[in-house]
Parts: sequence; structure tokens; C-alpha cells
Amino acid sequence: MSIYDEWDLVVGCEVHCQLATNTKIFSSAPTAFGAEPNTQVNEVDLGLPGVLPVLNGKGVGFAVAAGLALDCEINQTSIFARKNYFYPDLPKGYQISQHETPICGEGHLDVTLEDGSTKRVGITRIHMEEDAGKSTHAGANSLVDLNRAGVPLIEIVSEPDMSHPDEVVAYLKELRAIVVYLGVCDGNMEEGSFRCDANVSVKRKGATELGTRCELKNINSFKFIKDAINYEMRRQIELIESGQKVIQQTRLFNPDRGVTFAMRDKEESHDYRYFPEPDLPPMVVSDARLAEIKESMPELPAAKRARYQSEFDLSAYDAGVLSDHRPIAEFFEGAVAECPDDPKQVANWVINELLKEASADDIASDEFKVKPAQFGELVKLISTDVISGKIAKKVLPKMLETGDGAEEIVEREGLKQVTDTGAIEQFVDEVIAANPGQVQEYRDGKESLFGFFMGQVMKASRGKANPGMVQQMLRSKLKG
Amino acid sequence: MGFNELSIEEFGQKLRAGEVTSEAVTKAILDAIDADQTNAFITKPDRDAALERAREIDAKLAAGEDLGPLAGVPIALKDNLCTKGVRTTAASKILGDFEPPYDATAVRKLAEAGAIAVGKANLDEFAMGSSNENSAFGPVDNPVNTDYVPGGSSGGSAAAVAGHLCLAALGSDTGGSIRQPAALTGTVGLKPTYGRVSRYGLIAFGSSLDQIGPITKTVRDAAYVLEAIQGPCEFDMTSMEVEAGDYQAAVDAGVSGLKIGVPKEYFELGAGEDAIHPEVKAAVQNALSTLEAQGAELVDISLPHTEYAIATYYLIATAEASSNLSRFDGVRYGHRSDDAPDLESLYENSRSEGFGDEVKRRIMLGTYVLSAGFYDAYYKKAQQVRTLIKQDFENAFQEVDAIVTPTTPSPAFKKGEKTDDPLQMYLEDIYTISCNLAGIPGISVPCGTTGDGLPIGLQILAPAFREDTLFQVAGEWERSGK
Repeated sequence: MSIYDEWDLVVGCEVHCQLATNTKIFSSAPTAFGAEPNTQVNEVDLGLPGVLPVLNGKGVGFAVAAGLALDCEINQTSIFARKNYFYPDLPKGYQISQHETPICGEGHLDVTLEDGSTKRVGITRIHMEEDAGKSTHAGANSLVDLNRAGVPLIEIVSEPDMSHPDEVVAYLKELRAIVVYLGVCDGNMEEGSFRCDANVSVKRKGATELGTRCELKNINSFKFIKDAINYEMRRQIELIESGQKVIQQTRLFNPDRGVTFAMRDKEESHDYRYFPEPDLPPMVVSDARLAEIKESMPELPAAKRARYQSEFDLSAYDAGVLSDHRPIAEFFEGAVAECPDDPKQVANWVINELLKEASADDIASDEFKVKPAQFGELVKLISTDVISGKIAKKVLPKMLETGDGAEEIVEREGLKQVTDTGAIEQFVDEVIAANPGQVQEYRDGKESLFGFFMGQVMKASRGKANPGMVQQMLRSKLKG
Repeated sequence: MGFNELSIEEFGQKLRAGEVTSEAVTKAILDAIDADQTNAFITKPDRDAALERAREIDAKLAAGEDLGPLAGVPIALKDNLCTKGVRTTAASKILGDFEPPYDATAVRKLAEAGAIAVGKANLDEFAMGSSNENSAFGPVDNPVNTDYVPGGSSGGSAAAVAGHLCLAALGSDTGGSIRQPAALTGTVGLKPTYGRVSRYGLIAFGSSLDQIGPITKTVRDAAYVLEAIQGPCEFDMTSMEVEAGDYQAAVDAGVSGLKIGVPKEYFELGAGEDAIHPEVKAAVQNALSTLEAQGAELVDISLPHTEYAIATYYLIATAEASSNLSRFDGVRYGHRSDDAPDLESLYENSRSEGFGDEVKRRIMLGTYVLSAGFYDAYYKKAQQVRTLIKQDFENAFQEVDAIVTPTTPSPAFKKGEKTDDPLQMYLEDIYTISCNLAGIPGISVPCGTTGDGLPIGLQILAPAFREDTLFQVAGEWERSGK
């Protein structure tokens, strides 16, 4: 019997995405990861007296794009607010965030689960905010690195709509694919560019009232999220079943031990004293700007997946592989444009050959030598019988190495398929004449020798003979 | 008459006529500052650097360079304005020996206009006060009569101008902090429209109310300084690009045909302690008659929400201040308590030792009004009333071009007279505060003296970004009121 027969799991997520801007949300200091501590800070990040925040316009565009991708209502006038609390890695004593009027309101994301069903997860809001710095506690001392202070974030808050850890993982994966697709976030979970907090509670099967929730904070891999939620679910059920109460608290996950634990001994109730940030006027996204962002929105992974299946007759799996990463999808589509008659062949070649040689990052790189059109040209040569698949497999590495076009290489190296009947007949006749013993055995019924003859003819033609034609001619000639 | 007693305009005329040099006037100013007994400065100027800079300006002028009206003019800076490499205290112990690595935009613009910075003027700590008695560096005397306060919070700036320790000064005005000390010292004080002057580098008190502005000896001088410091700034998103009129022409334009509103609420304050001082009332009425005689039309108007202005102000300004002052935590710069065994006591002791009483009072009040459960009743309600006050002015300015009022209900008071009663002290700002809440410009110009010889201030208010109208009315009164 499953635990889910008696209990409902309820999970909502708060995801922080670091926006892929070059500079901070309110200052001109750079945002690059991994620099020496306190080297990527200026007077604004340090919270020196008299300095003021200046909003990074690029970040605003990113937040709107994320909102559009999640079908959110866009608040064309939104308000920044101060969230007040004291901590050494928060230089101003307040974080600039959004409170009552975030940039994006309600939306939703449809997530495809492994069984092929679709789950709709409600999005409560998306707001913009600045990151805090990082504190490191070393014995009696605490060290503060403010490089991360002021890095632009969006926080995407979901409704508590997820009822299984697999749904949570599917939601987060889809969300991550989308923000990476949009170029809004690099999606790097290890470096903290994409961080998830999960609010987890349980209730008796079918109960309407939600249980007390615990917030699992800063989990940095999909596997850990699943493990943490599974553990937390069981922990809460055990508490309730033993007559105890779940205490609302913030918990961290220890991946080594596979358990969650309370972040603080005593949970303080914070009063953040939010109020509108007077240093920033209300943020207005004009109609023109909104239209411009809408215009520049790429087709998103889910739409691509569906289209690849219906338009190109691809399997769900193949459509997924081709659409999960934007550089691959764009490469694929570019290649199809060159070889529009055989998209399925293009798909096979991208998945089976190209992706063996190159990652999505490689393909996205300016240094990647094969352009989509060139790749399409290669597949076109196969599907129009100019070269065989086997030859194509030799051509591709040369393309990757030199950046030359497929036709150019085929031409230069004389790899064109031989389709001239006379020439093929000559190869076939030569092979039959040279192997009288095997011919006799074949004619006596050992049909498995056919492959041997094929191989010999292809070898004689140095791989260039059209295999279909060779096959046909061999069969008729071997019959005798 | 010493060179230090010149106005900017007079100095400019003499400078261009070859009768004076910047070095000479700067030297006169430096000598006067050295001899100062009013405690107008927290940090006195570096003598050699100031003289060196004066000589540079003189050399440029000698070489025929066409420099503007502020070239070579010694100007004092309120010590809540950041000055690169020069200690900036906001009159608080909590900043310690903090030296900003940047200049405030207004300070930079003055330097670009050729002005010579001569010292950091005293103020109420973090610009919180109306008497300059809340300074960690001691109170400032009113140079008109040293038993009296010079007003606040830009008390040092006003005393320095009135005492001829500079030709002009920059102050900041959150609820009257330029205009009230100008009124009490017999100088001209201008609070520009919110957004007219960049706040970058001004140590924030109430961010939605603060503006930097000049304190000068004449109306024209105020126009010179505003011309130099105004304009949008890439470091302040609340600064705005709005065309400014021709201020110099406005000073001379006269008031013929101008409609001047007289808000009855400002002259009908309740009996007793709140009452307007009879000599102040008479002086302002005399000024109104003079303006009328010069062609202005006086119109009775009503600003019905005036009575809520002080309460509204002390909710909004303190809320913002409580947050703005959070950065002074002893972690990165400024005063850190020696008694800090853990994080909690680092915060508590650094801030307890570093802040003065009035600042603590306002931090506590502001923290309270933003607290869960009180926010709606206080901060949010105050913002709603602020909107009503703004609308009062918008409605009034449908009918009139400017509004004229007293700057303060009474002239300067004696030191120590109001220090035990913060609420009484807060009433000092009763006429000036609405202007900040509405974000409109206001100017205080001298309006005679009381029988005791204490200056009286006349306040003129105009619609947002119509500083030119202020200069028009103020210029006329300065001319014809003599």
C-alpha cells in the first residue's frame, strides 16, 4: 500500500533565478561568479551613505519575458519595496524587493509528467529583487563577501499545487528549461543561479484544510529536491501519527544523511516592515516595451515539442531531445530549413550523430564550425541518394574539423555515390567472378552469404555504390 | 565692508571689474571661519587647498576664460553632503571618521561651476531637528543674536551665510530644514521641486522628501546656485529632466498680473501656543500689500488638509528614516562599539552609542509605524493624507500662480527653550512641511525683523518645477520691500 493512499502531499515552490545581466540590479558592478571576495562591489553594493539604486533595465525585460512565458498577468506599473532586517551580509539593512505590486501576477505552467499526462501548476507571482551577500562563519569570526550583494533575481512563487515529488521535479525542470531558453538565467544550480525552496505539508487523504508547512531551503539539485521532499513527507506523517504537531519552520537538507533539519533552534517571527522603496519611482513597462518583449519571445520548449511531433511526425522522446535546449532546437530547425523534405532524417542525424560529437553548449558557441544549413545540406545529400549514410558518417567529422560544406567535401574527395547501372554492374560482375565458391554455396541455399557479397561490392566501389541498387542487382545476378 | 560680506552677484561684478580676486575673497572667508565663534562648521576648510583652488580660478579668469557666476565663489556645504576624501559626519558620532570615496552630485556640479568648497557646515544630526541643537558636534549660535538658535537642520549653513563665513551654502530640506533656518537668520533659503536636484550623495533622512538647495544672501544668488546644481542625474532615478525657466530674468520680471494665493489656514492657527506671532503676521501682511501694490492680485485660497501636515510628515519621514539609517550598523564603516561580543550587541551597542536622542526617537517612531498591525493605520494612512495635501496644492494652483505664507509662526527662539518638548519643536515646521509632502518648490526670503531685531521669513510656494515663479515673487519683494 502506498503512503499516498492515506495521505496527501502538498508542495508549493519558490524559485530564485539569477538574471543573466552583466551588471547588478541597482549598480554598475559586475555579476560574474567566482571572483575574489569583495572585488565585485561598488559604493552602492556596500551601502555607503548617500548612494542610490539605479535600476538595470535589462533585468526588467528578463522578468517580463519570464512572466510572459508563464502566462502571467504583467503589471505594467509595479513597485519596489524595502524588506527591512539586520544582517551583516545585507549592507543597507534592507533588501530591495517587491511586495504588494510585483512585476508579474498570476499565471501557470503546464508540466508533462512521465506517464504523459499534463499537470497545471499555478504561478502566484514573480517579483524582482536583489540578492544578499554571503556570510561564512569561521569559529568566532564571520566573514562577509558582498560580491553577490545586489545580483538581480526573480523569485517565481507557485501555488501549492503539487502533490508528488515527481511533479515538483517535473515542474522545476520545465521551469528551468524555460528560463534558460529565454536567456533570462543560466540555470546553473551548483553556482546558485537557480535555487529552489519548497513549502511542504501533508494532510489526511481528502482533507480540505492544509497542514502546517515547513520550508525546505536552498536545495541545489533535482535529486536532492526529491529526496528532501520524500524525507520531509515521512517525517511530518510520523509526527502526526505519533500525536505530535508539525511546527512551522525553515529546514535545510543534508544530502549526505538524506535528512532535513531545522535551520534555527528557535524560529523568530520576522517583521520585515515592508514599505514602498522611495528611491525608485514606480517601474513602468510601456506598451511599446511590452510589445517588443512579446515580439522577441522565442517559441518555448513545450510548444516546440508539440509542433515537432505534429509537424515532423517525431516521437515524443525525439521531440523532447531536440527541444530541451535552445541551441539544439535552433540548429535542428535551421537544418530542416535546408532539407525540408526529410525532417525526420534531419532529426535522426541530429540526435544520433551530431549530439554524439557536440553538446548544446558546443553548438551554441561561435567557434562551432558546422552551421545548421551545412548540416541540412549533408542530410539532403543522404536523402537524395547522393551519398550513403555510411559515407555521410565520414563526411561529418570533416565538416566539424574544417567548417567546409558537405557538398564541397563530397566533391573534393570524390565520395559521390555511384548510381550508374553500368558501373555498378561491373563491380557486381567482378565480385561474382572472383568468388565462385561462395556463389555456389549461396545458390545452394546459404542465403546468409548475401551480406558478404554486399560487403565485397561496396568495398570494390570504395563505399560509393548506391547500396539499394547494389542489393537489387546482386539479388538478380546471384539467382543465376 | 569685508570681501566676505559680498553677495555672489556683487563679488562677480567686482571680480570682472578687476577689483577683487577669488584668492582675496577666499582668504577673507577663511579668516572669518578661523575667527568663528558660532560653531557653524564641523569640518573647517583646508586653507591651502582652498587658496590654491582660488588662484587656479583667478588664473583662468586672467587668461580670459568665460567662467560662470559661481567661479571663485567660496561656498559652504552642509555636512550631510558627501565630499570625496573629506570627512562627512551628518553631525553624528555613528559615522566616525568616514570619508566618502565620492562627491555628491550637487557638490560635483558646484565644483564644475568653479565654486570653492569652504568647509562642512554643522547641522542637526542626520538633518533631524529645527534648532541645530541635535548635533553631536555641539549647537550653533544664531549670528544675529547668539542667545538664539539659527534654526535647523541646516543651521550651520544658514549661520555661515548670515555670519559671512561663506558667500553661499548648500543645505538640505526635508520638512523645512533650509527655509526655517533661512527665516531665523535673515537669509534666503530655497527648497527646489522634488527631483529638480539630484539627491545622490546626500545622506538620506526622508528619501521621498529630501531636497538639496541653496542658502544665500540674495534671491539672485539663490538662482545662480540652483542653475548650477539642478538637472537630472544618472545616479538618482528620482531626479527629473524638466525644463527650467530663465531664473535670472524671473528675478527681474516683477509680479504684474501674477495671482498670489493667501491660504487662510496659515493665518488662522488656533489660539495659545500654536498661534502665529503677531509681528510675523503683520510683516507677512505688509509684504502681501507690497506685492499687491506692484501689480499682483491677491486671492484667498484654502488648503484644507494643512492641519494634518505635521502628523503626516512625522509618520512618513520617520518611517523612511528608520530604514535609511539601518545601514549604520557598525559592520562596514563608521562607529563600532568596543563592547560587541556577539552580533546582537554589535548592532545594539554601536547604534546606542552612535546615535543621539532625537535620531533614536525618530528611528523608534518610524519602526513602529511600519510594524505589522500598525502599517495600515499609520504609514498607509499617512500616504493617503499626503495625496490629499498634494491635491490641495494642485487645486490651489488651478487658481493662483504662487502662494505666500510666513515661513515660521514665530521668530528665532532661545537655545534650550524647546529642547525638552519635541512636539513643540516639531511645530516649528508647520508652514514648511506641506511643501515637502507635495514635492513643490518653496523659498524663504527675509521679511523684516521683530522689535527685538530677530529676522522674519516670508515663504513663497509655487507649482512643481516652477522655481521661476518663486524667483519672480521673491525678486519683487526683495526689491520693493526694502
